[in-house]
This record gives sequence, C-alpha cells and structure tokens, in this order.
Amino acid sequence: MLESLIQALTPFNLLLALGGVIAGTIIGSLPGLTATMAVAVLVPITFTMPVTSALIMLGAIYTGAIYGGAYAAILLNTPGTPSAIATTLDGYPMAKRGDGDLAVTLACIASVAGGLIGACFLLLLSPPLAKVALAFGPAEYFWLALFGLTLIAALSQGNLIKGLIGGCFGLLLACVGSAAVSGDIRFTFGSTTLVGGIETVSALIGLYCIPVMIDLVAVPGRHLQVAGEQRGFRLAEALKISWAGKFNLIRSSIIGAFVGILPGAGGSIAGLIAYGEARRASPDRSRFGEGAAEGVQATESANNATVGGGFIPTLVLGIPGTPPDAVILGALLVHGLRVGPDMFTSESSIVYTFIFGLFIATFLMLPAGLLVGRYAYRFIIAVPKGLLVPTIAFMTIIGSYSIRNSVSDVFIMIVMGVISWVLNRFGFSPSPIVLGLILGRIAEEGFVQSWTIGSAMGNVAGVFFGRPISMVIIAFILLGMLLPLAATWKNRNRYQKEVVS
Amino acid sequence: MSATPMVKALASFVMMTSLLLSGLAHAEYPEKPVSYVIPFGPGGESDIAARYQQKIFKKLYRQDMVISYKPGGGGAVGWSQLNGMQGDGYSIMGVNLPHIIIKPLQSNVGFKTEGLALLHMFHYTPDAIVVPKDSPFNTLADLVAFAKENPGRLLFSGSGKGTANHLTQVRFDELAGIKSTYISFKGTGKAVAALLGEQVQAEWGFTTIGAKHEDQVRLLAVATEERHPRFPDVPTFKELGYDLVSGAYRGIAVPQSVPEDVRRQISDAISAINHDQEFRQEMENDGFALLDISYDKMDGFMRQKTLEYTETARRAGLIK
Repeated sequence: MLESLIQALTPFNLLLALGGVIAGTIIGSLPGLTATMAVAVLVPITFTMPVTSALIMLGAIYTGAIYGGAYAAILLNTPGTPSAIATTLDGYPMAKRGDGDLAVTLACIASVAGGLIGACFLLLLSPPLAKVALAFGPAEYFWLALFGLTLIAALSQGNLIKGLIGGCFGLLLACVGSAAVSGDIRFTFGSTTLVGGIETVSALIGLYCIPVMIDLVAVPGRHLQVAGEQRGFRLAEALKISWAGKFNLIRSSIIGAFVGILPGAGGSIAGLIAYGEARRASPDRSRFGEGAAEGVQATESANNATVGGGFIPTLVLGIPGTPPDAVILGALLVHGLRVGPDMFTSESSIVYTFIFGLFIATFLMLPAGLLVGRYAYRFIIAVPKGLLVPTIAFMTIIGSYSIRNSVSDVFIMIVMGVISWVLNRFGFSPSPIVLGLILGRIAEEGFVQSWTIGSAMGNVAGVFFGRPISMVIIAFILLGMLLPLAATWKNRNRYQKEVVS
Repeated sequence: MSATPMVKALASFVMMTSLLLSGLAHAEYPEKPVSYVIPFGPGGESDIAARYQQKIFKKLYRQDMVISYKPGGGGAVGWSQLNGMQGDGYSIMGVNLPHIIIKPLQSNVGFKTEGLALLHMFHYTPDAIVVPKDSPFNTLADLVAFAKENPGRLLFSGSGKGTANHLTQVRFDELAGIKSTYISFKGTGKAVAALLGEQVQAEWGFTTIGAKHEDQVRLLAVATEERHPRFPDVPTFKELGYDLVSGAYRGIAVPQSVPEDVRRQISDAISAINHDQEFRQEMENDGFALLDISYDKMDGFMRQKTLEYTETARRAGLIK
C-alpha cells in the first residue's frame, strides 16, 4: 500500500494529476463538452505511458470535468455537464444576488469533499459494493427512476401542477426516437433528424441557456450583481459554511457514491437525489431555490462522489459505472490490463496506485479549482454584455454540435430553447422537463424488461413488487409523497384548532 | 479577443488544407490524422476494436487516428450522416452487421444499406451462449433440456433488438426446437450485469465476453466454424449438431464521394493493420475473430449476409 502511495507521488504522476484536473475543469465548464468527450480524446496520449500514469491522468480529467460543470450552472444557469443540473437551482440565484464568487468556492470545497468520500468507498469497500450494482435489476431501475420523478415536487419551485406538467412534457420528449428496449422508431413524424432522439446534453443547453441569453438581451442592467469591493476567494467564509453543512456534505456524498455504483444512473441523478434529500432534511425549505448554499453543496458533493463510486463496478466487474468509465475501461483493455474481481489482489499495485492518484487529483482540485473558478467568475462579470451574449451563443452551438457532431442536435437545442423561454414566461421551470427526459428512458427500459421477465415467468406482480430492494425504494417513494401531505394536514388541523379556541 | 489573428489563422488553415487536398491524388495514404467515427457509445465491442486499430495505425503510418462517438438510434444517427461528411478519405466510420441491413428494412432511418460505401470488414465477434461460472447448466444439452421442460422460462439477456445476439437467439430456438425469452439490454455491459446479477439464467453474447469476464462466466458453445483459439475447450454449435455460424460483423465505410483509388488505399490500410502480428494477438486474446473482406469482395459478402439476416428477421417478425 505504502509503495503504491509513493508511486502515485512521483513528480510525473503529480504533474499528470494536476494537468488532468485543470484540463478537465476547463472542458467541463463549457456546456456540451462533457467528461466522456474529454477522456475519449485524451486516451491515445496515454498509450505511451505506464498504465498507472494513464489511469491517474484519465481519472483526474474526469474528476475535474465533473466539478467544472458547476461554473456554467452557477454563473449562466446552464449546467456545463448533466451532473450539474441541480447546481443551477440555487447556484444561479446566489450569483444573481452577488454571491457568485462564494457559490463557486463552495462548489469547489463540496466537490473536493465528495470526491474524497467517493474515493474512500473505492479504496475500502469495492468488492462488497460491486455486489450492489448486480443486485439492481430492471425492476429496481424502474422504481429508482420513479423515485427520481417524485423529486419534481422539490424542483418545481412553488407551483407543483406546473412542475408536473413540465415533467410530463419531459417524459414525452424521452419517447422521441428509437425506443429504449425494442429499438422501434417512434414520434419522429417522418423526419430523420429525430431518429436519434432528443439528445440530453443539447436539450439541457437549449432549455437552460437560451432563456438566459434572451433575458440578457431583453433586460437592461448587469447580468449578475457585483459587490463594490474585491472579496478574493471568500475561502474563510465558504469553509465556515461548509463546516456547518458537514452532515449535508457527508449524506450527499454517500448518496452520490451509491448512485455512481449503479451502471446507467450517473451524476445527474445523484445530484438531483442529493438535492431532494438536502431539501427534505432542511429545517427551512423555503430558502431552497432562492439561493441556499446547501443546495449547491449537496449537488456538487454528490456528483463528484459518483466518480469514485463509478470506478467500483468498472474495476471489480468490468462493467462501466458511468459513460466516462466506459472509455477508461476500453483504454485499460488496450493497455493489456484485465479488470475483474481478482484485480484488487492480482494487480493490486496498479489498482492502489490509481486510487491514491485519484485522491491526490481530488486534493489538487482545491487550489486548481479555486483559481480556474475565480478566472471564470471574473470573466463573466467583467465582459460587457455585447460580447458576453455572442460568446454564449457561440458556445451553445459548438456545445450542442460537438456532443455527437450532429447538426440535428443544434436545431433541437434551438427549438428546445425557444420552447423553454415561452414556458418560462408562464412560470414553468426547465428542471422538471429535464428530469422527465432523463428518467423517462430509464423508467421505460426497466419497465419493459421487468414486464417481459414477469410475463415469461407468469409472475408480473412478483417481479415488480416482490424484490427486497424494490420494496425499499417503493417505501421511499411513498414516504416522499405522503409525508408532506401528512404535514400539511397536521398544520391545517392545528390552525383550525387555534381558530376555534 | 481581436478578430484579425482569428481570420489570419483561419486563412492559413484553409490554405494548408487545400494544399493537402491537392497533393492527395498522388500521395501515400494517410498524410494527416484520420477521423474515425463510432456510431455507438464508448466501451462496447466496436469501440474496443477501434482502440486496438488506433494504436497500430499510429505505429504503421505515424499518423493519428482520432476516435469519436456518434451514438443514437442504434447506429442510425451516424450512418444517416455519413454521406454528408468530407469525401477526402480522412473521415471514416465503423459499420456493423446485422444493423445496417435490418434497420433500413424496419423503418425510415435516414440511410439505405446500398447507400453506404463499405470498404472493409475486418473482424467479427462470434455469438456465444454465456452462463455464470456457477450456473447449473454445464453443457449446452443441459440448457436445451431445461428450456424443453420449461417453455418460455429460460431467460436470455442480450444486447439490443434486431442485433446479432437477438437474431441468433431466434435461429437457435428454431434449430433446437425450444422457446426461450430474450430480454434486450442497452449494450453488452448491461446485458452482462444482468447475467452476473442473476436477473437472467444465460446470455446471448459474444466470445469477447468470455475473455473479458473470464473469472465470472463460462461459454457453453460458440457460433464459429472451428473452435476459437482463445477457447479451445468450448465446443462449436456445429460440433453439437446445430448449424449455426454467426456473430456481429464490423467494418469501415466512407462517404460515397470518396474516389475509387482512395477507397482502395483505405481498404489496404485497414488490411495492413489486420495483418499486424501485435494486433492479431491482442484481438484474438480478447475473443475477437479476424476477417479480411476487402473492398473487392464486399459485394458478394453483403449479398450472402443480407439473405441470411433478412430471412431470420422476417421469421422473427422484426421486418415485414
């Protein structure tokens, strides 16, 4: 173990970790350039390196990119990667009121904390936790997606009915293109543009970024409030807030690590669930959505914890936990490394060197992230609107195009953006739509597969309701939906009693 | 940011590109990096094979092969845009069988099988029945016997519908006179997870799964002509009396606008990679089976495969 730590600390590996984190942070901060893409492009460079260095660099880029997604979320209300969706909810209101610098620093600290906790899971609990990944069958994914959909209540910011309508719209969007399981082409209206479906990242860019851009042009005055004097990183203040929110950070990181273990779930869902739970646990829920630091902390710690979590099935089972893991797994094969349950014993020096490398990269994210974040913040507040708007417009097009080099995705992004702007006028927020879009596919896949299995076994109800993990998730769904109702009912009773007495 | 340096940079870039293009006719291929598009997400068989090619391409030609992904519609997003790409021979795309044959027959997916300029089929992943290491099925006969006693209750996971895994399941059910249930998953990774998590009893997968998850799974039979060198102890379906040789075939296609001589050069380059000893060793060790269907032999190969696949797909009710 000590040997592995020393190996991870060689100057070359340290340099790779630092370079990787910085490169990842910058790539992740640009909407449309995702962690997957960053890792995929840089894989060939690693072919000439020793395999541990290659892993350290790829892991560092991945970690950095997940954190980098927070900048655009906070400063432009546009998630830089899908993992940062829930960061917009409180990050942008914070920036609006002049606390953008604080939000960026808080996100950095939360990301480091989440990354470290995720890496601890990877170091200490990999083989047993890989079993969790396998215990999740189609029915469990179906219920997990439904649980995610109950978060619409937390995300709809005031108006539940509008949130539900938005969620349904998102579910409809998820049906466009080739069907999740059968591959049937549907709702394309004869257009081949829609055969590939509504790509999540380009939809995100349209739904979030276009309305912000239109408002930038339509509303006079500055984009973000700025305090008169320079306040530096506001590190001491952020550390104090982070310490006060330590339970939130730990809870969110554990959620993130667990969701990361599940192949096909990923950072976006981890962030949303952690956000929902933070809101549920908070004594004062009304501050959520208005710029609550806890919201940013929950999402950013959870999504970085998925990095360590996602490596668990990747290394133990050879089944990638997240899309960037899939690229890294491919690179490992080309390096001639066999992953599998025995890897933690037979190739232990490589595995542990990599895990320590991931720890180091996560630590380095603190100084690197603070610096890059400060630069991003200063850029957004200093650039005049006349230049900011075209720059963002350019970014949205490049971003939605580059996700799969497809002009169709650019058109879809623009259409989504216009729809979102109109809906915003009527008080609909984009988050429930995105939730429906992402979770609809997972729910459909799980449902059709469970139904097929259930019909074949002649026991559909048993497949859906009879499995222990499913039952636990169903219980969570019921609790999540009934507790607020019960609370309302209790309050009303008390109120009536008070009126009577 | 001032505009002038941008414009200058752009102008010099355009000049360089046109110089390169004009030199192409009598130059050796490749002269610059090649963009290689995989119409699926990362981590699957197409991606891993391409990563092996990438390494050897660099070794043989001292040029980069840049891999990118264009997933969506089971490959349709990529293939429908292929002919719109630059026809200089520096944009190539992976193609998969049976996908490019079955998809256009199912619905309008924006491309036609005949519309793709196919250059070279360089490998295939033979279909195989995969079971967990501790499965009660020790031989193919055990599995068939179970299926005969419990019609419909033998659950197979597999990657996608209308794919190699799925069509082979349909054909094997016919050959063995059994009825099994096929559960489609998104990609091999999830199909393996379902197998290891015992959501299903067996998987219609590829030999590559047997190599990648060696410690956790066994192969009951493989759909090759002769035993695969990586699995000398696993019988072929043919040996066991089932006439089944199948798999997912992978190759390269280019936009229709690529001139004839450049197509040949690319086909030769892919072939040269296939003949590299290091490449052969790595691919076979991973469970792939190499092929060398060059540009000249493509028509005959496609005719035969189209016949095979459409017949099965029609019987399975996937196409009309």
